[in-house]
Amino acid sequence: MALSGFQVVIGCEVHAQLLTRSKIFCGCSTAFGGEPNAHTCPVCLGLPGSLPVLNQRVVEMAVTVGLALGCAVRERSVFARKNYFYPDLPKGYQISQYELPICEGGSVPFAVDGQERVARLTRIHMEEDAGKNVHGVSADGASGVDLNRAGVPLLEIVSEPDLRSADEAVEYVRALRAVLMALGVSDGNMQEGSLRCDANVSVMRQGAERYGTRCEIKNMNSFRFLKAAIEYEARRQVEIVEGGGKVEQETRLFDPDRGETRSMRSKEEAHDYRYFPEPDLPPVVVPAALRERLRAALPELPRARARRYQDALGLSAYDAGVLVADPQVAAWFDRALEAYGAGREAAKKVANWVNGEVARLAHEAGAGPAAWKLTPERLAAVLRMVDRGTLGGPGAKQVVEEVFRTGAEPAAVVEARGLTQVSDEGAVEAVVDQVLLASPVEVERHRSGKKDLTGFFVGRVMRELRGKGNPAVVNALLKKKLGGGS
Amino acid sequence: MTATSGSELAALSARQAGARIAAREVSSRELTEAALGRIARLDGRLGAFLAVTADRALAAAREADARAARGGRLSELDGVPLAVKDLFLTRGVPTTAGSRILEGWLPPCDATAVERLEAAGAVLLGKLNLDEFAMGSSTENSAYKPCRNPWDLTRTPGGSSGGSAAAVAARLAHGALGTDTGGSIREPAAFCGVVGVKPTYGRVSRFGVVAFASSLDQVGPLARTVEDAALLLGAVAGHDPRDMTSSARPVGDYLAGLEDGARGLRIGVPREWLGDGLEPGTLAAVRAALEAYQRLGATLVEVSLPHSRYGIAAYYIIAPAEASSNLARYDGVRFGLRAGAGGGLREMYAETRQEGFGPEVKRRIMLGTYALSSGYYDAYYLRAQKVRTLVRRDLDQAFERCDLVAGPVAPGVAFRLGERVEDPLRMYLADVFTITANLAALPALSVPCGRDAATGLPVGLQLVGRPFDEATLLRAARALEREVGTFPAPEVA
Amino acid sequence: MSLSLEEVRRIAALARLRLSPEEEERFAGQLSAILDHVRLLEELDVAAVEPMTHALAGEAPALRADLERPGLSAEVAVAAAPERAGTHFKVPRVLE
Repeated sequence: MALSGFQVVIGCEVHAQLLTRSKIFCGCSTAFGGEPNAHTCPVCLGLPGSLPVLNQRVVEMAVTVGLALGCAVRERSVFARKNYFYPDLPKGYQISQYELPICEGGSVPFAVDGQERVARLTRIHMEEDAGKNVHGVSADGASGVDLNRAGVPLLEIVSEPDLRSADEAVEYVRALRAVLMALGVSDGNMQEGSLRCDANVSVMRQGAERYGTRCEIKNMNSFRFLKAAIEYEARRQVEIVEGGGKVEQETRLFDPDRGETRSMRSKEEAHDYRYFPEPDLPPVVVPAALRERLRAALPELPRARARRYQDALGLSAYDAGVLVADPQVAAWFDRALEAYGAGREAAKKVANWVNGEVARLAHEAGAGPAAWKLTPERLAAVLRMVDRGTLGGPGAKQVVEEVFRTGAEPAAVVEARGLTQVSDEGAVEAVVDQVLLASPVEVERHRSGKKDLTGFFVGRVMRELRGKGNPAVVNALLKKKLGGGS
Repeated sequence: MTATSGSELAALSARQAGARIAAREVSSRELTEAALGRIARLDGRLGAFLAVTADRALAAAREADARAARGGRLSELDGVPLAVKDLFLTRGVPTTAGSRILEGWLPPCDATAVERLEAAGAVLLGKLNLDEFAMGSSTENSAYKPCRNPWDLTRTPGGSSGGSAAAVAARLAHGALGTDTGGSIREPAAFCGVVGVKPTYGRVSRFGVVAFASSLDQVGPLARTVEDAALLLGAVAGHDPRDMTSSARPVGDYLAGLEDGARGLRIGVPREWLGDGLEPGTLAAVRAALEAYQRLGATLVEVSLPHSRYGIAAYYIIAPAEASSNLARYDGVRFGLRAGAGGGLREMYAETRQEGFGPEVKRRIMLGTYALSSGYYDAYYLRAQKVRTLVRRDLDQAFERCDLVAGPVAPGVAFRLGERVEDPLRMYLADVFTITANLAALPALSVPCGRDAATGLPVGLQLVGRPFDEATLLRAARALEREVGTFPAPEVA
Repeated sequence: MSLSLEEVRRIAALARLRLSPEEEERFAGQLSAILDHVRLLEELDVAAVEPMTHALAGEAPALRADLERPGLSAEVAVAAAPERAGTHFKVPRVLE
């Protein structure tokens, strides 16, 4: 990202909805969707006389994330009220954490352009989500308020302004997302909004000592948008500064249709949130015993897993990195490997399929491993068929695609579509002889040096075999018959 | 059933009423009808009730009588007609908090305290008048109507639980629940000559109580006798998983030991509390009560509460600050009043709150918003919270030398309606004795100790105790009550 | 100390209150008087004093287990709504 003498400085604030069954301060379901206001109660509706009651699992998840990221977990943290008026905020304040958050410090390792980097964290805290404002619920253009989401637990993870490019920001969020998914605290879904990212972007002249004024960019619900928004904003700010102007500190929304950021509220006064400690909730106490229990229960984290794939399985850093980006995919990979076979060659083959064809199919279907009809065992079966020569490369692709779509058994698909490769030497030889006999001119030209005619013969043989010739067998026989050369 | 007259029935204490029902000498229906009859006759003049739930009450009475017939008594309060301040959520029954902004609002659930009373078999007569959102000391801030002191209809019953105190004093109910944030149970109890208890913070659940100041609000009983207050407190006290500020400490039996007397008690008398600023009649009555304690074998110990004079300043930052946040939910979106039709969102908020809130509420919201706003938080809110610690420390230190602290509830007796509405600061300064216990989160009560010589109006003695030591306060109050006699009931003019 | 009308307006806006001009004047005076009294707190040296942020001290309450509990139906949730659209609370258009 060339910025002609300027440096972009980025910090990210990620909000992750936690995968608890119930909301942070009441027993209402956190399930997505549902009839508007069907998952509510006096507490999350903010009715008079209601009081918050803290969900234990939220604290455990917050501590777990903090431990995984190397944060200092506070033994005593405090909830605070953030006061402002908005229709999706039923109490007129959000219960969050301000001066004493549950975790401080820590860092997130990530890789960009093959380089290992680390971004430091400022803090992690717990808070409740707001409801949703819905536009156009009636003919008069009124808005509707749905409080199903109000009270869903959020973890806010704030990074230091350590990121120096849009790509770094993307890789940072990708890595953080992988950790949150590996820990089972978030489903990482950016499109649906269960993982949200805001970026604080500023620019400074190369060599300057102080950061420039930053703007907060919101509403980037994919990695593509995150990158585009930051790049646009950086350019926008550089233009202002180069033109002798001053960047105004403001909140801006990314507009994906135009690829631009625009100011969010016109002339809105800066919010005075009037934070004070939440009197309805006692301080959150995390005794050392709980901390250690949660630490002992930490699963293998993505970076450690990637290292293991490289060391033990010989996968490249790139392949390993792609696999661990989604812990469910990595787990699927592990099972496929178990079903197929051990060793570095096996790992490489399985990884190629998972990161290649399977990833493509999954992306098209917009589904995660839990929804795949292609099981690890089925992929392993397909790979074994290729090994045995029963299936060729193209045939295998077709089988995998159909199994992915329908969940049929690979053998059945091969049978039904007649994809069985012809590997029998006798059968192939018969066809090769036939083809050579029918093309004497080409045979003569091949013999006298036009070696690139081999492709012509392969094509003819394959046509006779309806594309099911085992390429290795075909090539070997042609070579034998045509003699020498290639 | 003996033919007891309506007024005789109404004169029974809650415990007596419960006992008579159990003994089948009197029916809950008779008691309920007697109460409803008195309400119909007298409340037009008093203004204690905002809503009378006659049908529900009679239905509950019927059930209580059925239980009494088959011997399935739920508690000592089974079948006894009570009422609650209109700050308590009652499912399907209008709950207004004394405000227009909640006019007609029907809550979908009951407050825990209400649930517990009903689980004990009590009959709820209705909802009692109060200062809007519990903000006030005279019930003059009720958006609906003022409440009058049954002793003198030209005077206030006190506030904010004025309706509760008036109803109990005038025998319209055998007991009531109120709330106390800065004195709102104790002061009206003192003004109306009844017993009022503010328990230790956390002793009674705040779930379902419309919040004013979260770190100060407490639920408590108003009753004619100390015994009744003990009974009512026991019925509602105890941990509630719906309120994380409620204490898990077990609740003792407040009736056990009630008659143990005052012998051996060390009663702290704060020198700062008996100085100038007390009306002579009040000072005299309080002094007489202290002398009575000495006769009963208690020892008076002089103590000092040096931070007493800072209490009002701290309270009138903390309470409005928390209130300004608690009242932000009244925005016209989901319940209650909505105004500003035809305008945008901001108009809706502003018009709704302008129309819905009375002047005292607006004043406190302004004060609280200011104290929390950027640049002022440290100087006001944070500082006030620190002073709160100092106020508590004063009492902790006093309790090293005494078992409870005694003094006045208010500087004087019930004042006239209209006398102080224009002078909010003067109204606030009168809370000086009561706010100490709220700031310190300690239990305190008011027990009638005599009459003002000049006006004949009731004077209350305040007792403040150690954390969760309501039992000692009740025992001491009972001792005084035995000595001076149960306070009479007024003849409502 | 005197609260200016400008300050009164700023606070009223923060609190979403629309005061009449007469109320603005009256509140400016009354609030100033109250804040004058509050200044008494400045007499005290509180540097070494902890604020009493939580009134119930010395208890670490049990937290709630992560279980779903039945709440209100959508109909009941919006039953008291001044205006509704289906089971949405209806409000004037919210501009982002």
